[in-house]
Amino acid sequence: MRRLLVLGAGTAGTMAVNKLRPRLPESEWDITIVEQSDTHYYQPGYLLMPFGTYQPKQLVKPTARFIPKGVNLVKGEIDVVKPDENTVTLADGTRLEYDYLVIATGTTPRPDQTPGMAEEEWHRSVHEFYTYEGSKALTEKLKTWPGGRLVVHITEMPVKCPVAPLEFTFLADSFFKKKGIRDKVEITYVTPLPGAFTKPVSAKALGGMLDARSITLEPDFMIESVDNEKKAIVSYDEREIPFDLLVTIPLNMGADYVAKSGLGDELNFVPVNKETFLSKAHDNIFAVGDASDIPASKAGSVAHFAMDLFPDNFVRYVEGKEMTEKFDGHANCFIESGGGKGMLIDFNYETEPLTGKFPFAVVGPMPLLKESRLNHLGKLAFRWIYWNILLRGRYLPIPSHMSMKGKVPAKDA
Amino acid sequence: MPVTTLLDREIHVDDEGFLTVYDEWDEALGAELAKQIGIEMTDEHWSLIRFLREDFKEKGETATTRRVQAAGGVPAKRQFELFPKKPAKKMAYIAGLPKPHGCV
Ligand SMILES: Cc1cc2nc3c(=O)[nH]c(=O)nc-3n(C[C@H](O)[C@H](O)[C@H](O)COP(=O)(O)OP(=O)(O)OC[C@H]3O[C@@H](n4cnc5c(N)ncnc54)[C@H](O)[C@@H]3O)c2cc1C
Repeated sequence: MRRLLVLGAGTAGTMAVNKLRPRLPESEWDITIVEQSDTHYYQPGYLLMPFGTYQPKQLVKPTARFIPKGVNLVKGEIDVVKPDENTVTLADGTRLEYDYLVIATGTTPRPDQTPGMAEEEWHRSVHEFYTYEGSKALTEKLKTWPGGRLVVHITEMPVKCPVAPLEFTFLADSFFKKKGIRDKVEITYVTPLPGAFTKPVSAKALGGMLDARSITLEPDFMIESVDNEKKAIVSYDEREIPFDLLVTIPLNMGADYVAKSGLGDELNFVPVNKETFLSKAHDNIFAVGDASDIPASKAGSVAHFAMDLFPDNFVRYVEGKEMTEKFDGHANCFIESGGGKGMLIDFNYETEPLTGKFPFAVVGPMPLLKESRLNHLGKLAFRWIYWNILLRGRYLPIPSHMSMKGKVPAKDA
Repeated sequence: MPVTTLLDREIHVDDEGFLTVYDEWDEALGAELAKQIGIEMTDEHWSLIRFLREDFKEKGETATTRRVQAAGGVPAKRQFELFPKKPAKKMAYIAGLPKPHGCV
């Protein structure tokens, strides 16, 4: 029996076992997946929950429900991988052996990595929405917050779903307008990047949207600490930005066991070949989803496109053949822009986000890089698609490689 | 790809002036690039530039502020003092390396 061990049953790990089980005969392959949580969370919902779009219970389902028959689900916290012995040890001492290992333990926000962030003001005036608990606390906070200086802040790139902080800002603007207190709220968007977004063309479009909403942009801000007494964030070059409510995206890091196992970079992401996800250090270890260091967005959509080719590549690889499918870094995301509208952007390793139309077979073309009501609905529909199609590894009619059909290259837009 | 002339040599650069060919760089050129962006180089500056060069050779990527702190042992605060405002970008420029990515 050959043994495949998958670490983490989040978006990527769950899709991987759903797609691999039918491809690997049960008589030859044992597949095990390890997960610490009984609950699978719909993370994109964390963005919308603070504004009342979702109730907490809509964002959770049992992990086990999405693990297919014929795959062993082991509950536990991974403590260490010993790549030279091909074993994984869990915190309770359980030892698992593997022939092939797929790391899919994602990334989590780490407020403990910035001095002052997770101290007195944590969950009082300092909040985050990248975790279920954090998003719930912020939901409560926003219900009664009377207004003042709202600072939305990114600690350091990469963060998962890199547009989420901007979306949060747009949605906050629209939320306070609806509440009739927008004139009592000053919004500042603080980023370590030189502009509103990582890709220049969308940085321009999205920067214009900040202006139009009277939101101040503070670029090139590398945070050193949070000053709890003054209630201000302080940068290495000694700028201070005072806040009444700070919504920060803490440093995003891969799991600590990755570092302990000697498998990660400074942020505990696993260095892999960006086209095949094979570890650069070990020829029987892959890393998929947010856990890898590929220079693509850390997003469910990227994991999904990657999972269109990873399973077939894996099967070829274990048969000793070449991995013929090459991932191009394809990402697309719906961007909530507030007021019931949204945008859609589409890009990969090489191509800037495009304008034009996205040829979405189910609901018809969606406008790219332009605000529309249809795009907002697309985002809401995504929750259903996530639970019912994506996680179960079913076919979704979006090509994994980026196509230029219906799209206008950025320079002509 | 643009070509520019520095110290009477032809140098390949990208649109923003970052060198694109690792081996076209030497310390004399680094000193010239530093002068262009107004950095006065001390031994401490040079030790950082040398770290970046070595690290790139090994990893194939330009070190970020965080990596220079973790692997190079120079606190981020000090990097900002030595190369004001945008240390990662300025160090990469002087070291003749591509702008660090990590920002997708
Ligand atoms: C606010 C927010 C909004 C987002 N919006 C979007 C969006 O609109 N579109 C989009 O495409 N993506 C979005 N994303 C990103 C998307 O959720 C992630 O990219 C995706 O879930 C990554 O999948 P993954 O499997 O790599 O990691 P995850 O889904 O995070 O799964 C990792 C799993 O590993 C487990 N794990 C970790 N460490 C251990 C350990 N030591 N032992 C055992 N188990 C462990 C965790 O419990 C978890 O279940 C958003 C994310 C956030 C936070």
